[in-house]
Amino acid sequence: MNIIVCLKQVPDTEAPIRIRPDGTGIDETGLNLVMNYYDEHATEAALRLREQFGGTVTAVAVGPERAREALRQALAMGADEAALLRDPQLDGADHLQVARALAAFITPRTPDVVICGKLSTDDNAAVVGPALAEVLDLPQATAIARLEVDPNRARATVHRELEGAVEVLEVPLPALFTVERSLNEPRYPSLPGIMKAKRKEIAVMDLAALGLSPEEVGSPGAVLERLTSPPGRTAGVQVNGAEPEAAVEAIITFLSERAKVL
Amino acid sequence: MAAGAGLSEVWVLVAHEGGAVRKITSELLGKARALAGGGRVVAVLLGAGVPDPARTLGRRGADEVILVDDARLAHYTTEGYAAALAHLAAEGPPALLLIGSTAQGRDLAPRLAARLGAAVVTDCQSLDVADGALVATRPMYTRKAIGTVRLGPGQMWIAVALPAVFPVPAETERTAEVRSAALPAEIRIRTRVVETRAIERETVPLTEAEVIVSGGRGLRGPENFPLLDALARALGAAVGSSRPPVDSGWVPHDYEIGQTGKTVSPQVYIACGISGAPQHLAGMSGSKFIVAINKDPNAPIFQLADLGVVGDLFEILPRLTEAVKRRKAVG
Ligand SMILES: Cc1cc2nc3c(=O)[nH]c(=O)nc-3n(C[C@H](O)[C@H](O)[C@H](O)COP(=O)(O)OP(=O)(O)OC[C@H]3O[C@@H](n4cnc5c(N)ncnc54)[C@H](O)[C@@H]3O)c2cc1C
Repeated sequence: MNIIVCLKQVPDTEAPIRIRPDGTGIDETGLNLVMNYYDEHATEAALRLREQFGGTVTAVAVGPERAREALRQALAMGADEAALLRDPQLDGADHLQVARALAAFITPRTPDVVICGKLSTDDNAAVVGPALAEVLDLPQATAIARLEVDPNRARATVHRELEGAVEVLEVPLPALFTVERSLNEPRYPSLPGIMKAKRKEIAVMDLAALGLSPEEVGSPGAVLERLTSPPGRTAGVQVNGAEPEAAVEAIITFLSERAKVL
Repeated sequence: MAAGAGLSEVWVLVAHEGGAVRKITSELLGKARALAGGGRVVAVLLGAGVPDPARTLGRRGADEVILVDDARLAHYTTEGYAAALAHLAAEGPPALLLIGSTAQGRDLAPRLAARLGAAVVTDCQSLDVADGALVATRPMYTRKAIGTVRLGPGQMWIAVALPAVFPVPAETERTAEVRSAALPAEIRIRTRVVETRAIERETVPLTEAEVIVSGGRGLRGPENFPLLDALARALGAAVGSSRPPVDSGWVPHDYEIGQTGKTVSPQVYIACGISGAPQHLAGMSGSKFIVAINKDPNAPIFQLADLGVVGDLFEILPRLTEAVKRRKAVG
């Protein structure tokens, strides 16, 4: 089975971020960057399919030089190959442009399955996956919580969580999936895996190498103009050391007079 | 408020379930009306055998309903909906298509954008038109930043809006005209919906709730979630949780609020036995008001709670439920 997993390197969500004074982005100095959380689940899903059916797992990322680290992690987890798509024209690309670059890499590799995380925790957009499915002309299922591929690899049965319901879908392969965290528990890279990953070559491709002209990638339709800090929240009233009855009274008063829901 | 004359035409994709139009649709119709000014607001209703929606949708601000009633749209599928909307847009695309941020909306919008070559922005919490561009703000970096995204002129825009950020507009006497449209004979839908299993829930969906009662590790076990259910029933609220109750299997996965769960912005969020980790705040710090009940006076949640109550939730919750019931009985 030929499996492609798309991933991104993002700031660790545990750490605070610093917005650059001019609001053009975040200051990356000293920032801990990691593989996007959901992409770990995507990589795990890819590896499990390979364990079940054989074949290869190729990890691909669009991003700057530093994104190699995330690809290195995928290799350490067990991916066979990795490629970094990097081009000045992709700096400031919107999600549809990223999808077009990924598609140019993926199409000639005729995958059986393409797997992405359900979103990346930096921009939270959840756009690249379904847009990529469209460019690749593959059926899709997003934010899947369960994945089973039938023994003759013709179709997958997946579960998606909707608001208040679980949807069971049958999807013919080849297909693209974006994955929810409840799909699996990502493995930690093993020591031999890490050693092996260090020796592996990460292919770097620019748009020319992908056979894409600047026109085909186009210009961004959506542009991030600036980042600002969210409106600060400050602590309000604290009720401490009150009897439960008094605490309840304070909550009731708050709900009716401030929040006006009672 | 949008400056100038407003957009010529704004479409709203109607989210519906079991014959009922979901609340997000009303929120989007209100926003569409504001952005369109004197322009046209069109509600697009896709389905099979859906009841006549003209009155409800008109009252919330639609001038017109485009109804595509087709057996192939009986269930939502990405390709069925994308084909239907692409077909309608081919006859004359709107300036802007608004879609609610539901599991289906998020599944559909990017695919449709890629198909139509439209610009797309998701998770919008504000939308305005300025200098011919659509300007949206959205939480990013797990809500540690707000991004302002600009979709330039000369292209169709698709915006996916978060639930419960735009107010439901007051009802008017308007009745929308209904125009039926047909799907092309050949559309390709490769996925098949085998079944949709409802998760039994006594209360309202989290993303639509005005009040959310949420429990964390402080609840100690599944046997104590009924304390939250009872309070939620009394308040007409939804029940959510932090991540540990989900990971421990006390509650289903769809309860989870936070970075790896849902993003909610209710009028009031009542956090019970939740410490306030950054990943949890990522999902709920956009709430209008936050009430926290925690026995640890130094719990980080108190730094952003409008009302912080230091105390034992097991003593407070049952009494609170009774007090709410008493109050409702009077009022
Ligand atoms: C990549 C990643 C993603 C994550 N995503 C999420 C997410 O989406 N959502 C999420 O919630 N977490 C998420 N987490 C986990 C997060 O870091 C915290 O571990 C989690 O939010 C803690 O949940 P909690 O507040 O319920 O538990 P705790 O931090 O253990 O807090 C329990 C609280 O209950 C209080 N308490 C105990 N008993 C009582 C009592 N009788 N009465 C009153 N108070 C009591 C305690 O004082 C304490 O403050 C994520 C973590 C990682 C690494």
